[in-house]
Amino acid sequence: MNTMTPDIQQTWSYLEEIKDPEIPVLSIVDLGIVREVAIDDEAVTVTITPTYTGCPAMDMIAASIKMELMARGFADVLVKFVISPAWTTDWMTEKGKLQLKEYGIAPPNPRQQVCNDKLFAPDEAVQCPHCESWHTRRISEFGSTACKALYQCEDCKEPFDYFKCH
Amino acid sequence: MTQTITNYTLYLADNALILGQRNAAWCGHGPVLEQDIAITNISLDLIGQARSFYQYAAELTGNGATEDSLAYLRTEREFKNVLLAEQPNGDWAQTILRQFFFSTYQLYLYQALVNHTDTRIAAIAEKSLKEVSYHLRWSSEWVIRLGDGTEESNRRLHKALEALWCYTGELFMPADFEAAIDLIALKNNWTAKVKTILEEATLIVPENVFMHSGGKTGNHTEQMGFILAELQYMQRAYPDSEW
Repeated sequence: MNTMTPDIQQTWSYLEEIKDPEIPVLSIVDLGIVREVAIDDEAVTVTITPTYTGCPAMDMIAASIKMELMARGFADVLVKFVISPAWTTDWMTEKGKLQLKEYGIAPPNPRQQVCNDKLFAPDEAVQCPHCESWHTRRISEFGSTACKALYQCEDCKEPFDYFKCH
Repeated sequence: MTQTITNYTLYLADNALILGQRNAAWCGHGPVLEQDIAITNISLDLIGQARSFYQYAAELTGNGATEDSLAYLRTEREFKNVLLAEQPNGDWAQTILRQFFFSTYQLYLYQALVNHTDTRIAAIAEKSLKEVSYHLRWSSEWVIRLGDGTEESNRRLHKALEALWCYTGELFMPADFEAAIDLIALKNNWTAKVKTILEEATLIVPENVFMHSGGKTGNHTEQMGFILAELQYMQRAYPDSEW
């Protein structure tokens, strides 16, 4: 157990095992919130950044990181939070976006397209993750968690979450 | 110097916490499900911002202070939030208008704080700015929808304006911990934005209204004691309880 050689690459792959508790298909690496992994002998420091300041999943994610890495043999695991530069959905990996869609959540659009402060702007075009139709409408800008908006498909009629661009 | 930064950080935290606590009371009571979720999401963002500021204030304070002790164990006179944040929810119109006034203030304030010499405050402002821009868009749309809506929605928004306007002046009355902030520029930006939206909502900006103040120095309205009684009850009754 104590003879392992800590390796940064390896540690990142351990972190891939940790999922966002609200979206259990998406790893914290694919979500883009792991900013840095630093190893000093048997101590490891993982730096993460919150998606939204009030995201209640962050404390749980920090606890999961500690448990996972301790189980992998690290004696000392420190989780550090940084908030600058602020997290953006552009940091989500392509693999992560695909996994979201398979799970039934529409992945975020690229940030440049939308995210403006115009009032009563037309709904952002979002593709239905179930039937791929673009014929959808926004029901609410705020959804089941801070990071999601609520949409409905006008073709297959299914309501779905959209991981809003941020 | 450190005391000034600590007090200013507490001011930012208290504003966000108290309005977040107010908005949270809508949970399960919103006019429709989607808007219930919207106002509680905004509440969550505000409490998240408050946590970031309290964590920093706790580090600056030392002596074993934590984000929890600052939120749950300070007395009314120690809270520095503006009076606007503690005003009652009233009806939906009053909650919306309070949010609109406050989000407009937060937007221009955080835009300025991104360049603050204290890098920690600057980082929290940068992060929060993204959330505040949603809050402002959402509340602006609602102000217009209600003001330029039916006779009843207009009447209610008008009533809210009469109830809340006298608490907006305090936002720009400098406290001693605000010396580094350009409150004149902030006021100009705020007034221009508020005027534009209220006019679109067919409301007239009140003039010559006496402006209440005192929140920044701990002299709160009669509302504040009730908020803290509810907010702090568990920690007061069962010290150090966890769940």
